[in-house]
Amino acid sequence: MHLVYPLVVASLLFGIGVYGVLARRNVVLVLMSVELMLNAVNLNLVAFDAWWRDAALHSGQVFSLFVIVIAAAELGVGLAIVLSVFRHRSTVDIDRIDQLSDREPTPGARR
Amino acid sequence: MSALLLALPQQVGPAPSYGSWHGPEALFGCLGVIAVGSALLVVTARNVVHAALWLVVTLGALAGGYLVLTAELVAWVQVLIYIGAVVVLLLFATMLTRAPIGRTFDLDSDNKLLAAIVGLATAATLVVLVVDAFKSGWVDVQHAPIGTAQADGAAVFRSWVLPFEVVSVLLLAALVGAIVLVRKPDPDEAG
Repeated sequence: MHLVYPLVVASLLFGIGVYGVLARRNVVLVLMSVELMLNAVNLNLVAFDAWWRDAALHSGQVFSLFVIVIAAAELGVGLAIVLSVFRHRSTVDIDRIDQLSDREPTPGARR
Repeated sequence: MSALLLALPQQVGPAPSYGSWHGPEALFGCLGVIAVGSALLVVTARNVVHAALWLVVTLGALAGGYLVLTAELVAWVQVLIYIGAVVVLLLFATMLTRAPIGRTFDLDSDNKLLAAIVGLATAATLVVLVVDAFKSGWVDVQHAPIGTAQADGAAVFRSWVLPFEVVSVLLLAALVGAIVLVRKPDPDEAG
């Protein structure tokens, strides 16, 4: 199999993840898009592992396992932060969580 | 799965031209189309729960892609951890934050057009770059070492023991941190 096929699929997934992170308002959907990007990286690692034929170290596959574990940890802490923010602000709309923003507050924002 | 791979017709030898679609290539092409299509639905769905379920399709298709690329253990870990745990966690968060469960048109930000431009530019840059850099790369999935649980486990517990232990400490720290973050403040300690 051409190495380009998995790499192109991974690039497209990464681009879709970037779009999702930038375009979504709900924090849970932003986290889903982050997962898409992490999976694109995993696909790269697995493809390069098969390309490299690294039978002793299996670097790519082991790294992708580590990425999966770290993604799970990141998601756990991220969702804890989301729940904490929701408890204090009663919203998960990232356009409204702008207390640290330099701009003028959005008209409908809850302070 | 390796038996299934061996049973499929397979190009052996030097890299054939890009027009040839046999066995693993066709399988991976279908899985890639499914993954990319459902990923597009994840970021455009009008319903949070539907987005999570499309994410399951994407992750499942990617697990199939890992199987084609001889990474057995990674594929099963993907199914167990991502589809089994991560998506369930995301659905829990959806329910707990009382996100709109039905169809809403409020899920997308105002800078959607700019986000689409940036996403397209990222994807186009990466595609051009990897096609230019790796157009002669050929993955011989038939002769690549299969990433079975035995092979990956030997690699993890021989060569990667220290990173493995560091990751376990990180996971414990993340677990404790998540519990501390969502814990209700103790009334006795308040003040």
